[in-house]
Amino acid sequence: METLTIMVLLAFLVVIAVGIIVLRDLLAGVVLLGLYSLVAAGAFVVMDAVDVAFTEAAVGAGISTILFLGALSFTKHEQKPRGHDSVTALFFVAVTGALLIYGTLDMPHYGSDLSPAQTHPELTQHFLHKSDSEIGIPNVVTSVLASYRGYDTLGETVVVFTAGVAVLSLLGLRRRRPEEEAPEDAPGDLPTVPDDEAEHK
Amino acid sequence: MKLYPRQRHRVLQVITKLIIPFVMLFALYVQFHGDFGPGGGFQAGVIFASAFILHGLIFGLQHTRSVLTPTMLRVSMAVGVLLYLLTGVVSMLRGAEFLNYDVLLHDPIHGQHLGIFAVELGVGITVYAVIVSLFYGFASKR
Repeated sequence: METLTIMVLLAFLVVIAVGIIVLRDLLAGVVLLGLYSLVAAGAFVVMDAVDVAFTEAAVGAGISTILFLGALSFTKHEQKPRGHDSVTALFFVAVTGALLIYGTLDMPHYGSDLSPAQTHPELTQHFLHKSDSEIGIPNVVTSVLASYRGYDTLGETVVVFTAGVAVLSLLGLRRRRPEEEAPEDAPGDLPTVPDDEAEHK
Repeated sequence: MKLYPRQRHRVLQVITKLIIPFVMLFALYVQFHGDFGPGGGFQAGVIFASAFILHGLIFGLQHTRSVLTPTMLRVSMAVGVLLYLLTGVVSMLRGAEFLNYDVLLHDPIHGQHLGIFAVELGVGITVYAVIVSLFYGFASKR
């Protein structure tokens, strides 16, 4: 049953991905990207990785969609018709895809007893059995993330911080924006009508 | 009665005002309940940021910026990372390795709890500030 559910979810992912490629409407593409993340989150839940699923749903389906919509407000909602040679593009995409699939052939199967986590059980067993007495919290993911691998998470936090600094220095956030060039709407706003028109409503 | 443009979205605005406190409360739950269920600083920061993004989308960026100024965001970004680093430095000062929370309190288990609490809070603050800055950065470039 679990295998069937994962198969169905993965099939959905393929269908959505094809839909994103085929569709010319960028808005629909962005919405489909959000849907893709949501289905991926569903697949992670089935695989018992709730923490990963949670992150995927919040970041992939939520924040990325909003940022894509924000980016979309700078451009048109319709993709330009392609004029260039698509055969060459198809060739390179096919070769890259084949290489990536070839790379996955060496990976152990899902749930396989030959995966590194199973063939070197000392660390896994330590985390799973000692976490309760050493850290004292029930969620092993959190205890690995925040305590055993605290240094790793520090690095990740610094990466997020660096990304924020990069965005600030590239896009910039002016402290006070002059009133006359203040934007009326944030991206995603419904169109507004001028004051005098609204008065009649 | 004078109607401002934004008052056309009355329904959206009222619903948003109702939802935002719950979004924030849920973010805090995810933040502080991460030890027991799924969640933690990263997810909580994203959810907390989405409350501000929702506010910005419905009420306009100007209003959100007056609530949460870019300066506050810049400070929060650094405060999160510093809180994380500080936890490590305090554990060093108390005679253990960097980020070894055992020594933070009299009892190793309590020390671990405090350490994870502080570290996750730092992650949450940084992530929330960065995500809202991303939104501000994109939304104010038009």
